[in-house]
Amino acid sequence: MSEQRQVAESRHEEAALLPPVDVIEDANGITLYADLPGVPKDRLNIQVEAETLTIEGEIALAMPEGMEATHTEVGVPRYRRVFTLSKELDSGKVAAQFNQGVLKLRIPKAEHAQPRKISVQIE
Amino acid sequence: MIYRSFFPRDLFSEMERLQRELAQSFEWPTSIRGMARGFPALNVGSTPKSVEIYAFAPGLDPAALNVQIEKGVLTVEGERPAEDVPEKAAVHIDERFRGRFRRVVTLPDDIDPNAVSAKYRDGVLHISVARKEAAQPRRIAIQ
Repeated sequence: MSEQRQVAESRHEEAALLPPVDVIEDANGITLYADLPGVPKDRLNIQVEAETLTIEGEIALAMPEGMEATHTEVGVPRYRRVFTLSKELDSGKVAAQFNQGVLKLRIPKAEHAQPRKISVQIE
Repeated sequence: MIYRSFFPRDLFSEMERLQRELAQSFEWPTSIRGMARGFPALNVGSTPKSVEIYAFAPGLDPAALNVQIEKGVLTVEGERPAEDVPEKAAVHIDERFRGRFRRVVTLPDDIDPNAVSAKYRDGVLHISVARKEAAQPRRIAIQ
């Protein structure tokens, strides 16, 4: 069913960076990797609502007092990316790992899609 | 300065002026190393006591990172391995950086290359380079 899989990104009012991702699908499910450097575990927010997967994170860096930025490539302290999951994925069994700024999500496939709202626990 | 001229202006020259001003507002690189781009993304900040460099390099083994200061130039290099892709798997999106990387930052003249600390946390390498004592602002007592 990989051909029918849809990935959609939506725009929000609040400015956010689009984190780069890798999405790999095998027979049993989908694995998603996202780069979210600078986001501590408690500032990461993953939501699965209906068929929408939202990944959000806020960057928190240790900065000395009175620091002035002289060169900035990461200019927005927030990441956000939204995906639309397809029906055969079991959004209730999403497993998340977050290590040194890399998020790994595993979304297994299910026989029957069961639409419901799930909050994802981060390991 | 923009003011309304008593004489009507040529529309095309006005458009040209607008375009020129627009182009100037986007800064072109003046650095010899060109446009800042690539992996890892860098933020640089400065305080009277130190220069702070933040390299956004997630998912790395800190032991595999090589940070060097030579002739006032800071180099961050390393390699980011690809994730394992199981057999018979389809890669739908492939955006994350992998492979060797190397980024270079020119440091100010007043830094002390022996007083450097580097920490890796939440996928960000934070390098703090202290400035020399003599270069720090000092209050001078008036007699």
